[in-house]
Amino acid sequence: MKKRVKTKTQLPLKNRWLLNIGAIVFLIAFIFIANQFLDSYIRRILNLCAIYTILGLSMNLINGFTGLFSLGQAGFMAIGAYAVAIFTVPLEARATIFYLEPMHPAISHIRLPFVVALLLGGLLAALAAFLIGAPVLRLRGDYLAIATLGFSEIIRIVFTNIQNITNGALGIKNIPTISNLWWTWGIALIVISSMVLLIRSSYGRAFKAIREDEIAAEAMGIGLFKHKVIAFMISAFMAGIGGGLFAALLGTVDPKQFYFTLTYNFLLIIVLGGMGSISGTIMSAFIVTIGLEWLRFLDEPLSIAGISIPLFRPGLRMVVFSLLLMGVVLFYRKGLMGQTELSWERIIGFFKKFGKKEGSQVGGDLSE
Amino acid sequence: MLKVEGLKVAYGGIEAVKGIDFEVPDHTIATLIGANGAGKSTVLKSIVGLTKLSEGRILFDGKSLAGLSPDQIVSKGITLVPEGRRIFSNLTVVENIKIGAYMRRDDLSEDLAWVYDLFPRLKERSWQLAGTLSGGEQQMLAVARALLSKPKLLMMDEPSLGLAPLIVKGIFDIIKEIHKQGVTILLIEQNANLALKTANIGYVLETGNIVMEGPGEMLLKNQSIREAYLGKVK
Repeated sequence: MKKRVKTKTQLPLKNRWLLNIGAIVFLIAFIFIANQFLDSYIRRILNLCAIYTILGLSMNLINGFTGLFSLGQAGFMAIGAYAVAIFTVPLEARATIFYLEPMHPAISHIRLPFVVALLLGGLLAALAAFLIGAPVLRLRGDYLAIATLGFSEIIRIVFTNIQNITNGALGIKNIPTISNLWWTWGIALIVISSMVLLIRSSYGRAFKAIREDEIAAEAMGIGLFKHKVIAFMISAFMAGIGGGLFAALLGTVDPKQFYFTLTYNFLLIIVLGGMGSISGTIMSAFIVTIGLEWLRFLDEPLSIAGISIPLFRPGLRMVVFSLLLMGVVLFYRKGLMGQTELSWERIIGFFKKFGKKEGSQVGGDLSE
Repeated sequence: MLKVEGLKVAYGGIEAVKGIDFEVPDHTIATLIGANGAGKSTVLKSIVGLTKLSEGRILFDGKSLAGLSPDQIVSKGITLVPEGRRIFSNLTVVENIKIGAYMRRDDLSEDLAWVYDLFPRLKERSWQLAGTLSGGEQQMLAVARALLSKPKLLMMDEPSLGLAPLIVKGIFDIIKEIHKQGVTILLIEQNANLALKTANIGYVLETGNIVMEGPGEMLLKNQSIREAYLGKVK
């Protein structure tokens, strides 16, 4: 390889392909090993990383790429999660789950394969996005955020109250826990690659044009409303898929899981990763998921040399995590990646630079 | 090519354009000049469908544009270079140009080569973020972006806004060049001198009414226009 590779110069195509294939082989090997040897706690965190990646990308498409401040993700996720829950629960277990009020006869005998239920969840979420998109997407900025937030609460309350379909506040248990690393990471990879293709297509450019300047985009012949609805529906579809995987990972759903605070996790991921960066979203989905788990020791009582430190009690984790976030946001105002993407050139450049002078960093400020 | 009849546009209760008629014949450069607030931009916006007209009609190649959305109007061959350039500053130059071709599904390479030929500077900077360009380059980019939609009628809203005189001259040379290559142009300007020198046909707009019209050269010699817009002492 050449001696000095700047971040801007491109690697030869062949080398890039080799690196890409290498990365995919590495990932497959990693999933294989993780599935065989790592304990269930770590596997679960890795699964959550994948699901949060999907949901982060779904939120980034609408908020970061299209520039619409939408906070409805938890609602769309709930639709996908409930679709998987309702249609994959074993028929024989249904009577015991729905013991307060039996399941509606129209659906009580339908059981779908996981993939079909997952897709159905995504499609239903997209349908919901289409239906609410018509009135809601005429709003802008904060108003849109409040309207979509309201939508996600409506979904949650509806799901709490249609007892014979969702089992209300009791939730649905015994969902076959099909989500394993192959499923979650396989689907996450599909979602990531379709996002990359979408953003590079003329639709992706239209979304970004709308984000940058609605009037100019309209003057260029981009139909604002149509594209907003398309972005909203794709985003909802992805959120539905993510929700379905989530349900099949936990094995149980209930309306409280989809409280609107869930949306803030995804908002956090995209703000930290960079609004409008796919690779940033992936990185920050990992950082947030693993970081929140790793900091769990702060929630437990700690005593050094017999003296218990009063600070360590449930809740400290979130305090520390929030402080860390503030630090990151102070130093990387546009998130870790801003609107740029990670590339092999950049990674190599980073390591070269890192090798030369230790401690120097490549990050959000390089918004070229 | 474009015919505007009895156009009235109102914002809220205030009439910005009070019933004007004008025409842009095929293969000409037409210009609307006038002071701030005369309603020039409003006229362009209503032609491309960004503002609703309250009365009158707009005919393009003999067909009415009434009720069409901006994207339908763009696909008919009218493109607006908006006032203040309005480029997409966080996207690269190339992405900006390609967004101009959004309505097209055919091969772009020939037209890309054409605009790069017109604006070699943009080719050098094609991977730069558009927001990092200078004002003149941004104006070039706005024009290049509009040209990629292959307009029959290119409408420009104040291309000289905020640019140095030398750059303005360059932009006007390019306008003439684009015109030579067969694009009809409707130009809106405060810089009446340059606009009238460039245009074949000129209209003077004053508080929502057209007060004078005629070939550019003739308007340029007109005493009252010289007093009102060209700063000529009596």
